[in-house]
Amino acid sequence: MRNFLSDKVTQIQPSGIRKFFDIVSEMKDAISLGVGEPDFETPWHIREEGIYSFEKGRTFYTSNSGLKSLREEISSYIKRTQGIIYNSDKEIIVTVGGSEAIDIALRAMINPGDEVIIPQPSYVSYAPCSSLAGGVNVIINLKNEHNFKLTAEELEAAITDKSKILILPYPNNPTGAIMDKNDLEKLAKVIIENDLFIISDEIYSELTYKGKHFSIATIEGMRERTLLINGFSKSYAMTGWRLGYACGPENLIKQMTKIHQYAIMCAPTISQYAAVEALKNGDEDVAKMRESYNQRRRFLLNSFKEMGLECFEPFGAFYVFPCIREFGLTSEEFATRFLQEEKVAAVPGTAFGCSGEGFLRISYAYSLEKLKVAMERMKNFIERLRKS
Amino acid sequence: MREQLLSLIEKNSRIGISELAVLLGKEEIDVEKENKKLEEERVICGYHTLIDWEKTSIEKVSAIIEVRVTLQRGQGFDKIAQRIYNYPEVKSVYLISGGFDLMVTLEEKSLKEIAAFVSDKLSTLDNVLSTGTHFVLKRYKEHGTILDEEKEDSREVVTP
Repeated sequence: MRNFLSDKVTQIQPSGIRKFFDIVSEMKDAISLGVGEPDFETPWHIREEGIYSFEKGRTFYTSNSGLKSLREEISSYIKRTQGIIYNSDKEIIVTVGGSEAIDIALRAMINPGDEVIIPQPSYVSYAPCSSLAGGVNVIINLKNEHNFKLTAEELEAAITDKSKILILPYPNNPTGAIMDKNDLEKLAKVIIENDLFIISDEIYSELTYKGKHFSIATIEGMRERTLLINGFSKSYAMTGWRLGYACGPENLIKQMTKIHQYAIMCAPTISQYAAVEALKNGDEDVAKMRESYNQRRRFLLNSFKEMGLECFEPFGAFYVFPCIREFGLTSEEFATRFLQEEKVAAVPGTAFGCSGEGFLRISYAYSLEKLKVAMERMKNFIERLRKS
Repeated sequence: MREQLLSLIEKNSRIGISELAVLLGKEEIDVEKENKKLEEERVICGYHTLIDWEKTSIEKVSAIIEVRVTLQRGQGFDKIAQRIYNYPEVKSVYLISGGFDLMVTLEEKSLKEIAAFVSDKLSTLDNVLSTGTHFVLKRYKEHGTILDEEKEDSREVVTP
């Protein structure tokens, strides 16, 4: 039988996370710090709205671009948080998680050979989705000494005459880095000069611990060249509901809607109704969760300080990204031994790109009690490594 | 810091000052001062333990009592409430709106004792017009905590 598989797909590596997952799941009583989703359940009033929707028999497709009432709520949410106005009929599409938005955006924009600039360490989907769409990935290796921010110089150095899209993943998974107004303004200048388009993945926008999140789309001249991606997974603890959205220029949304229409039809209806409730009445829940995450973040950073472990202070998402270079182990060796010897799972930084080498992603989407036990074990582990 | 400190210790009063300082991102000395101030101002009125007595061998019976009262010159609700809350078996007293005036919760060793309290002590007060006693059959949630909840982490162990 001949090989029926696509070369393009077979050449793509499976996610490094997956590999580590297989090792962890064999370990029975391990504490995991490896999860990229909130530990909170979806707030009850949002879940109840979902239940209510089932009861009312809202079990049909919605329009391709999503419920009108949801698009209107999204529009008003972005207006009140970022001050940008998106037309709910033409400039917003509701997707199956932020991840679908990333995929269809890349597919809607890339012609074969177009270069997509991807700063790493970052979320695992960008490069594979771009490759699948025929893009050529240009990786920028972000640096610890810049607190994993993307600098204008780094961007400039990556630009060629084939550059088309820049992916801007802030607040960042896995580093927890954020970019503030000042950082983004410097970047915007280079972006406009070089006529790039931005896919701004702002899925962690509600989880920042140093003032409010600032979107690059708000900078003058950027709105027309930015696709803003966000969703309900992280802010409202709704990962399993699979709901995200994208806001951007009408011509791009129109093309994305075609792909979405043929591949997906529409995002889950029940989730969409629940999301309306989330946007209408969920601010307080978000604030509470944010405060909890912030406390845990401070706890972890303080623990690292006590252990003498190097870690820049991240102000976003729910990850810390300590440096483990001093131990002379690769990230993967460190993570594997940490798991085997102390039964704590943390994801090696390399799962998010080569520049994650020497780092570890530790998620604080866990209760303080759990984090305390994990930090005790980490202390033991590190002390042992230092002695040997 | 005040509100954050309070909401943090509302659910767990056993967190020590040094840990509170880390969690709130403040200096220990400032947290200690603020905590002391909150105690002095009686914003913090006590540190209690939430116990599910059902799971122990100690028998406890609780009742919620609706009390309707009549006011007399020079004697407002506060005065009557005070007469009632001074009994140690009274766990809480609220002045409420609606069909009756005071809501009293009682905790005793037996049904009989509660009945005795209502008929001998509460109903005989001059200001009390009538009472309605409701016995508590089961406690599900107290002080925002679900008593019989077992939380397990049903997430995948590692996700991107």
